[in-house]
Amino acid sequence: MSIIVNHLTYRYNPGTAMESTALDDINLKIEDGEFIGLIGHTGSGKSTLVQQLNGILKPTSGGVYVDGADISDDGYDLKKLRGEVGLVFQYPEHQLFETDVFSDVCFGPKNLGLTKKETELRAYEALKQVGIEDDYFYQSPFDLSGGQKRRVAIAGVLAMKPKVLILDEPTAGLDPKGRDELLEKLTTIRKDTGCTIILVSHSMEDVARYADRIVVMHKGKIAFDDTPSEVFKHRDELKEMGLGVPNITETMYELKAAGFPVSTDIITVDTAVSEILRVMHR
Amino acid sequence: MLRDITLGQYYPTDSVIHRLDPRVKLMGTLVFLTSLFITKSFYGYIPAILFLFIVIKLSKVPFSFMVRGMKAIAFLLVFSVVLNLFLTQGEVIYEFWKFKITKEGIYTAGFMAIRLSFLIIGSSIMTLTTTPNNLTDGLEKGLGFLKIIHVPVHEISMMMSIALRFIPILMEETDKIMKAQMARGADFESGNMFKRVKSLVPLLVPLFVSAFRRANDLAMAMEARCYRGGEGRTKMKPLKYKKRDAIGYLVLALYLGIIIALRIILK
Repeated sequence: MSIIVNHLTYRYNPGTAMESTALDDINLKIEDGEFIGLIGHTGSGKSTLVQQLNGILKPTSGGVYVDGADISDDGYDLKKLRGEVGLVFQYPEHQLFETDVFSDVCFGPKNLGLTKKETELRAYEALKQVGIEDDYFYQSPFDLSGGQKRRVAIAGVLAMKPKVLILDEPTAGLDPKGRDELLEKLTTIRKDTGCTIILVSHSMEDVARYADRIVVMHKGKIAFDDTPSEVFKHRDELKEMGLGVPNITETMYELKAAGFPVSTDIITVDTAVSEILRVMHR
Repeated sequence: MLRDITLGQYYPTDSVIHRLDPRVKLMGTLVFLTSLFITKSFYGYIPAILFLFIVIKLSKVPFSFMVRGMKAIAFLLVFSVVLNLFLTQGEVIYEFWKFKITKEGIYTAGFMAIRLSFLIIGSSIMTLTTTPNNLTDGLEKGLGFLKIIHVPVHEISMMMSIALRFIPILMEETDKIMKAQMARGADFESGNMFKRVKSLVPLLVPLFVSAFRRANDLAMAMEARCYRGGEGRTKMKPLKYKKRDAIGYLVLALYLGIIIALRIILK
């Protein structure tokens, strides 16, 4: 399913003294099966943008089109849309409310109006996908560790079997190991289900490693929209936005500045290693 | 919807009223509220209207902003006016079906409307022009004399300031959780009464959990900074009376004098 964002503008508190433009004339086309990294500084509008994609917020002007239909039209089935465009909010573990893990994950599919059997099957699958063991299914979600809670909350959205999965800063507050595990899980999920993933983040490392397209937001506008290696060529502009490039790319830039004839067009550690070896062996 | 409640909100701008000592404003609110109940005739409200008008003008808070706060309690206002209008005994003016409107009813309903709306505007001026911190500071200092009879003034005002501080935080939290549950297909708007109440569970449980978590964090942070109650605690910005505060008290005394005089004369 394709999502087209057309000249979208969004203002908070329009018509009052507190009015502020969060999104300014955004144009975006999201194709099937993409892994998009949405990056930007705090307050750049990334969270506001993703909330537009499943109709939680209504655009002030412009629109979002899913499979050709305007989602802000009267009578558009928003519930169905929210099942198809799954949005995992920041700190999703704060939304857990049920008495046990399993029922909490069932909440989403149950709201979609599925049968009990189908609901439970999906909840089971989703919990397995995020790596929660059966032993935890009937524990209170409030007794789990932080990382487990986060995974249960993500399972709550996965259980709706979204075609587009949006995650808003899913790794915030996780330790490096938990972060890597979670991002690996996402790539597996994408491989298994073929869903589109939009990862909102301000970690260049994460985005460089996993995304195959990067959208950079700055002050409510899209600054860059390209493949990671293309986007990271704009090192100076990114730095001006308070973002910068991945550490390894930065290292290559410094090596070059120090007189080594290395390419700066590098975004992962593995390619950096072979590039440095290539230059040294010459 | 929740954002429409301006009662208790602070409106940041710079005005004479904003700069007044919170104790003067507290006393002023008290005097104003008392004056509303001293007055027994419609003419008696003229100085009250004038006083309110001048204070609103001086405070530089847009009138529309105050009226927006009134909307939230409009129901209460209408309810009490209607109740008074129909249920007061006396000389019947108009009658239909089982309802009677009496002369006394119109009178009391009118008084009620004036009193209630002035009461709300009057007290909201105080919160609109005083930061919660200042307000509790003023309360603590102004009620300090109660310490002699062992009233825990500091503790009460600390609780009040924390409660006030938590209102916007919890509102924001509600908004966030609501959106998160909506993303999971929750529906807060349709269905019958029973269904709607039930749909609040996924909202209220996380809200309570987060309120307790925040309270716990705050208690911890306070303890980490060696908070141990009001005993021997000093202030970074101690309240000090200035010349304008003296003038403020003078105006208040004058206003109260006029109101009492009018009550005696008009009776």
